[in-house]
Amino acid sequence: MADTIIVPSPHGSADTTHVRHHFATAAQQYDAASLGMWTFLITEVLFFGGLFTSYAIYRSLYPDAFASTSAYMNVVLGGINTILLATSTLTMALAVRSAQLSKTRSLINYLSITFLLGAVFLLIKAYEYYSKWSEHLIPGTGFQYANSQLEHHVQIFFFLYFAMTGMHALHMIVGMGLLVMLLVKAARGAFNAEYFTPVRMIGLYWEFVDIIWIFLFPLLYVIGAR
Amino acid sequence: MTVPIDSVRSYLIVFATLVGLTVATVGAAYLNLGFWRSIFVITAAAVNAAMIAWVFMGVRHSSTLVKLFVAGCLVWLSIMLIVTFTDYTTRHWDYRPAPWSQSKAVGGSH
Repeated sequence: MADTIIVPSPHGSADTTHVRHHFATAAQQYDAASLGMWTFLITEVLFFGGLFTSYAIYRSLYPDAFASTSAYMNVVLGGINTILLATSTLTMALAVRSAQLSKTRSLINYLSITFLLGAVFLLIKAYEYYSKWSEHLIPGTGFQYANSQLEHHVQIFFFLYFAMTGMHALHMIVGMGLLVMLLVKAARGAFNAEYFTPVRMIGLYWEFVDIIWIFLFPLLYVIGAR
Repeated sequence: MTVPIDSVRSYLIVFATLVGLTVATVGAAYLNLGFWRSIFVITAAAVNAAMIAWVFMGVRHSSTLVKLFVAGCLVWLSIMLIVTFTDYTTRHWDYRPAPWSQSKAVGGSH
């Protein structure tokens, strides 16, 4: 796809650059993209919402078992990861702003920092998963728990822990792939004040993924802490 | 294209609040707040999420239609939570049949 080619609109639009033929103006195209992205994000909210609902139900059914897991959750590492992601949402917002101001150099810098912060987050997450593996806390036949009476219900907690943080990490990996795509396009000078829709849309996705983590952190790490 | 451009200052204010509430959430894990800890940390998360959506994700500059979609999303989510909880709190859902080895009567009524 050649981003710099001027595509004349058959609808007689004044905005010609990057505007697909079925849109009258760049603003209309941007609005359509925004609404489409938000619709996708709403399906994501409901997808994660199902997991959050399961968590809330099992926490209310087995409060003692869920609270007992706090001994195995590292609040400080979780907090560091929360701040890393908060910083990455700031740099992503600044990347969008740079694109809006046609500042390609700072756009590339902010996208790169966002990518690196995401990578550090995943490394810390991988370390946490490794700790759970070492402590035999992966649900399944190898699962071992100090309090055998709670073992069955604690497995439900760890199943939800891995399902929720695993799906979140998968979204981060997808987001980092999208960031690489943006970086390549930005390096070719594809984005400027007239056309920054992809930066904005992937920014929305990245910031949404941070919102999911903002809820995962207190629910999985903090509420049951002793 | 005329999309409003935010000031860096507004972004930094949001970021500072995000970090402050995160540190407070970590602190809450070490304090014996009982039931109020859950209330505090979930409220802090909701405030953080709302700020990210409103400022970083630009909902405040979005069209009324996008704002309506975001509000609708919260309505669907609350329907899922409220209706599901209504069911679980008014029925005995945590019943599990005894393992086969302990079962006394096959086909007997529970």
